[in-house]
Amino acid sequence: MKKNEMTSMERVLTTLSHKEPDRVPLFLLATMHGAKELGMSIKEYFSKGENVAEGQIRINLKYNTDCYYPFFYAPLETEAFGGEVIYTEDGPPNSGRPLITDIQKINSLTAPKVKDSEVLLKVLKSIQILKKHSKDKIPIIGVVMSPFSLPVLQLGFEKYLDIMHFRKDLFNHLMKVNQEFCIDWANAQIEAGATAITYFDPVSSSTIIPRKLYLETGFQIAVHTIAQIKGSTATHFASGNCLPIADLLPQTGTAVVAVSTEEDISKVKEAFKNKLTVLGNMNGIEMRRWTPEQTDKIVKDLIQKAAPGGGFILSDNHGEIPFQVSDEVLFAVSEAVHKYGTYPIIKS
Amino acid sequence: MDNLSLEINALERALLTMDQSQAESIVIGAMTKGTPIQIASELVSGTLQRIGDSWETGNLALSQVYMSGIICEEVIDKILPPSNPLRKNQPKMAIAVFEDYHLLGKRILYSTLRASGFELIDLGGGLSTDQLVEIVKNEKIKILLLSVLMLPSALRIKELKLNLLDTDVKIIVGGAPFRFDTELWKEVGADGMGKDSSDAIEIVTKLMEEKS
Repeated sequence: MKKNEMTSMERVLTTLSHKEPDRVPLFLLATMHGAKELGMSIKEYFSKGENVAEGQIRINLKYNTDCYYPFFYAPLETEAFGGEVIYTEDGPPNSGRPLITDIQKINSLTAPKVKDSEVLLKVLKSIQILKKHSKDKIPIIGVVMSPFSLPVLQLGFEKYLDIMHFRKDLFNHLMKVNQEFCIDWANAQIEAGATAITYFDPVSSSTIIPRKLYLETGFQIAVHTIAQIKGSTATHFASGNCLPIADLLPQTGTAVVAVSTEEDISKVKEAFKNKLTVLGNMNGIEMRRWTPEQTDKIVKDLIQKAAPGGGFILSDNHGEIPFQVSDEVLFAVSEAVHKYGTYPIIKS
Repeated sequence: MDNLSLEINALERALLTMDQSQAESIVIGAMTKGTPIQIASELVSGTLQRIGDSWETGNLALSQVYMSGIICEEVIDKILPPSNPLRKNQPKMAIAVFEDYHLLGKRILYSTLRASGFELIDLGGGLSTDQLVEIVKNEKIKILLLSVLMLPSALRIKELKLNLLDTDVKIIVGGAPFRFDTELWKEVGADGMGKDSSDAIEIVTKLMEEKS
């Protein structure tokens, strides 16, 4: 470590306080590349918390990143509720058929207990290992699916939109169950050693619902849920837009907002300046066919527009870098952050 | 046929406030200006295309596009039932979600196309390459609309296309991976890509004209 070089934890905490750290923090949210590092299939990799912890340690060392991100896969929580997960050899485990086919069954739905759920305990195991390993120098980022977005996987999107608009009784019951679960699950991760929690809430994005509906639903749920999570949160819209609700997001109590590549990073930074730290917004899908030269240019541009003044963490825009993105590109991202991200940012 | 711009504005307002009875009144009222298929193609389709375009530019949300499509589908089914010979059902067209169960994109497009006077087969979700190859060949599908959410599924459309080279089916793709990488549809060998339902109506209309 060079003289005056911050630890990852110091770097991230400094940028979260809207001050300039030694350089731009890099959250390389490569959830599946650890399987490659360990020579395992994706299914085997996610079968044990120990594998994911080891994978994250190797990714952090290899690409000199600033966090551990023991996120397994999107349908993890629905799996805890009894849902089906489908594995593939080259992508994230995906949700199978929706868990609830008859909406009337929402009335009898109960939340699983974290301590009784094998899949959730695997995640806690990985966080505990990372906590020991990090010695509080590297932030560990836990993940929850918001109570408001989880029903897409529980019911399917169509049924969910139908009950959101026409069956407030079922919607309210589902939110109650999901909220209770989400708070317990987030706090279990904090207790296991997570530094902060990513609150994935794509349904709240302006890509999916209008501002008025967000104000009546996702916003209220975020305010009440985030208040009960015993740690900092980062609200992630998983590639969805958020500028139309930019004035509301700081009121939810979140500290970070993860934004879409479809939104202009300069406008985003301006909208959240000194209010929320911006995380983003490299295009993960396109990244698959970037060259190292393109990568260098894209990262440089993002840093120059969003990094001055702090309050910025470089990351992809979806919270899950595709398995197909090459090591060469990931190295290029890391090199570019170290090359252009040292403060003060020099514009060219 | 008379200009329908006033009706399009009114229908758009009714759809965005989810006022189904008002939407129905506007469509029924416009029947004096054209045949049911003209009303579906020009008034309803025109309005849904405008709503789709507004989503594309970030001015509307997907839930509004979805609800608008569902309302219009119900209204049009009343004046143009599925069995009505005026519906544009040739060449044979089908829609499916490839490899996963995220069905919303397919549902939006299915409603939009049906509300625009087209008839198509809904193959559902979770279909594999082998299943789709069998269906396309047995049912002699000429236009296959595929919705995908996951990047690996999008990449496997290349294999599907190769397995269908001995047919004359045209594959039109849509979904998040294609929106975020606008070159991807060409890489996988698709015949077209719709970023939204508005794009899809244009592509399907053109293909229908070419193939019929």
